Amino acid sequence: MTFHITIDGRPVPVAPGQTIGAALHAAGVRSWRSTRFGGRPRGLFCGIGVCFDCLISVNGRAPERACLTEAEPGDEVTTS
Amino acid sequence: MIYDLVVVGGGPAGVAGALTAALAGLRVALADSSARLGGQYFRHVADPEPAPGLDRFLRQARALEARADVLPRHQVWNISREPDGDLLVRCENHTGEPVTLRTRRLLIATGAHDRPLPFPGWDLPGVLTAGGAQALLKGNGVVAGRRIVVSGTGPFLLPVATGLAGAGARVLGVFEANGGLGLARHPLMALGKAAEAAGYAAGLARHRVPYHTRQAVIAAHGEHEVEAVTLARLDKAWNVLATRVVECDTVAAGYGFVPQIELGTQLGCGTRHDVDGSPVLVVDAEQRTTVPGVWAAGEPTGVGGWRLSELEGRIAGRSMTGPVPEILARRRERWRAFGAALQRAYPVQPGWQGWLRDDTLVCRCEEVPLARVRQARRLGATDARSIKLLARPGMGWCQGRICGYAVSCLAGELPQPPRRPIAQPVTLGALASLDASLNEGTL
Amino acid sequence: MSDVIVVGAGVVGAACAYYAARAGLDVTVLDRGPVAGGTTGSGEGNVLVSDKEPGPELELAVLSNRLWRDLAGHGGFEFEAKGGLVVAETGEVQRQLGELAAKQDVEHVIVPGPELREHEPHLTNELAGGVFYPQDAQVQPMLAAARLLELGAGSFGHGTLRLRLGAEVSGVIRSGERIRGVRTTHGDVLGDAVINAAGTWGGEVAALAGVNLPILPRRGFILVTEPLPEPLIRHKVYTAAYVTNVASDSADLETSAVIEGTPAGTVLIGASRERVGFDRTTSVPVLAKLAAQAVALFPALREVRAIRSYCGFRPYCPDHLPVIGADPRVSGLYHACGHEGAGIGLAPATGHLLAQLITGGRPDLDLHSFRPDRFAESQEAP
Repeated sequence: MTFHITIDGRPVPVAPGQTIGAALHAAGVRSWRSTRFGGRPRGLFCGIGVCFDCLISVNGRAPERACLTEAEPGDEVTTS
Repeated sequence: MIYDLVVVGGGPAGVAGALTAALAGLRVALADSSARLGGQYFRHVADPEPAPGLDRFLRQARALEARADVLPRHQVWNISREPDGDLLVRCENHTGEPVTLRTRRLLIATGAHDRPLPFPGWDLPGVLTAGGAQALLKGNGVVAGRRIVVSGTGPFLLPVATGLAGAGARVLGVFEANGGLGLARHPLMALGKAAEAAGYAAGLARHRVPYHTRQAVIAAHGEHEVEAVTLARLDKAWNVLATRVVECDTVAAGYGFVPQIELGTQLGCGTRHDVDGSPVLVVDAEQRTTVPGVWAAGEPTGVGGWRLSELEGRIAGRSMTGPVPEILARRRERWRAFGAALQRAYPVQPGWQGWLRDDTLVCRCEEVPLARVRQARRLGATDARSIKLLARPGMGWCQGRICGYAVSCLAGELPQPPRRPIAQPVTLGALASLDASLNEGTL
Repeated sequence: MSDVIVVGAGVVGAACAYYAARAGLDVTVLDRGPVAGGTTGSGEGNVLVSDKEPGPELELAVLSNRLWRDLAGHGGFEFEAKGGLVVAETGEVQRQLGELAAKQDVEHVIVPGPELREHEPHLTNELAGGVFYPQDAQVQPMLAAARLLELGAGSFGHGTLRLRLGAEVSGVIRSGERIRGVRTTHGDVLGDAVINAAGTWGGEVAALAGVNLPILPRRGFILVTEPLPEPLIRHKVYTAAYVTNVASDSADLETSAVIEGTPAGTVLIGASRERVGFDRTTSVPVLAKLAAQAVALFPALREVRAIRSYCGFRPYCPDHLPVIGADPRVSGLYHACGHEGAGIGLAPATGHLLAQLITGGRPDLDLHSFRPDRFAESQEAP
């Protein structure tokens, strides 16, 4: 059944099979990264792994595409 | 181990091709970047309204899993030819480990992705591609927003809008930049798809979603995410005639599709420009590319939808072990004509370039505004590649997949076949582990 | 009618045009493609003094280094005076590097092994030492070329500079022994002097004028990483093997680690050299070797992802020196090509010296070693 991940320590509910990007978006978290030069907010855009806008660090790993990465119970993600 | 066939892509074309070949006795592997088969069309985790053909696809997928090595969450980043003629398919699995598949034949069934056009504010969170909104809904059961505007061009906007509305979103309208004729005379009707068109019309009517032609979102506004959009009435060439501002929290926009052909161009496969100008792989009547041992099926050979994709996959699989029945070839010609007619009915018109401002980002990854693209042109960049070299659009993470079409238009040329020797990011550690000098004596 | 026609809008052609226009000449630059579309657009932007053996090429590099700094003052392109760090795997190599540095007579600092990380915090600690060259620099070559052309065209009171892109030279126009211009796919262009700055394709342009220049492509791949949030690498860092590979005559693949960060946040990883003609097919074994060398030098790169690679064709001559000067075989024909992997770095000096020559002055450096007729007429490109 549903479980939780955390973003910067805050819990976000996840339905099994959802990607991290989908769970965040559903919870109203629509951006989790800012750009290198303009500091502009970024979240989901293409939703299918093409645009890399949705990069996010999961459990301290190098950033990966939130739209492709299926959420696992207890995942800790951080904004950047 | 040497496979008889490796298929890249687990959508309708890839699964049909892999299954057909496996049933004919070939030793087959199928690699796909997703966690499960289906591609962009058959997303079925949380789909309350299953796509037509889903049952059939799922049966094929189950049959395939019993007869072939299905490798989900494998990102293929390069394919190259060995001196003995075998092909090496280089993947990275989901734990970041390199996986190399050796095969005698290859089927490229890598599908397509949305073709976005830039507009002011298109990088605000809440602006999604139409396919992105669809993937959220069908793959994750997540409705992209509460007040949604669907905009762009092409019939794909219709299922996106009806899906979102059916899932409870308030869809403020479908804004179709082309086609001054309205839904009653939608090109789907003329192409003999009256039932499909009527289905969409009924769906939109049921949820009171208006369908506007010659209108589009030309700007998104908001501080941290989209709060409103400017909608414009357009002339035939998409020049703005009048505008109004509408509050919304989400935009789903799409202007057709970009076939993913870089694995083919890595191998030197010949390309051509499709009806809409997209570079696609040249294939013969049996889906063979110009490179021996390499087949392609589905959108990489020209966008035409899932039925055509599946058919092309079957034809490719059949032709690997024997003759292709004439009836399949005839059916394919019909679907191809349908795909081409749709591309003709929904062209991208040049007026969108007038929607941009100097500070509108053309390239989202490298944050390149229109002004820098124009400056590059003034400095002597006469094509998209040299604009990239001078101003960096397309140099970032997505390697130009998102901005490439727009940059080509701004350069005044047709999109050129991609040069992406590394089709997916790969860690230097994984790449280094392939170095022969490190592996000497370990075999 | 121009005073000078420059064939090639790469960085060398741009520098030739810039200095000629500054010297008061009317210049037309021709290219079959866009600005910087050939080898200029597929290198790393090296402005190095560290990798040159003492001799004429080093003198050229030192002059060019100074000129690049002057040009950078105009702005409009990235120029990073970040310095280069050459590292040695063994004590013996470190000793050789020290000897080379002493002979080069350019500014340098010998860095003992334990102090390497003060220069580059993320370097492996398995190195014997290195030599730091403060003058080594990095330039964004495509923008630099474009800006030089723009500056040359925009400098009031000098000559004029016109750019004609998409015009491929198909022949030369002569009167008697003298060259009078070139034929192009877009019509004839007349001029008193023609500078062949066609880079890797310089041999083909020379052949149109009836002279032999043995210039051939040497393929090099470069890996580009994802942009890093924090700079990991401060300088241009390369292994001693790079110096020997540059001067090598082998046709086989040679690689050495050349690694640096860029203002865009990416890390560029080179360098490979192999003689395979104009074959663009990506070689995964070469990329794997480049990655292995990079990870060996900077273990922190192991988890960093490569997102692209590209290759280019460096124009090389049998003696690894460029061709710069008047061609005694055809009056009015000058060459500025064959700079191999150093074309970016050597471009300003090349343009400056040729402008001096064409305006009848005495070049600041003796061009004898670079003369176009130094190759035996029978000498084929190897």
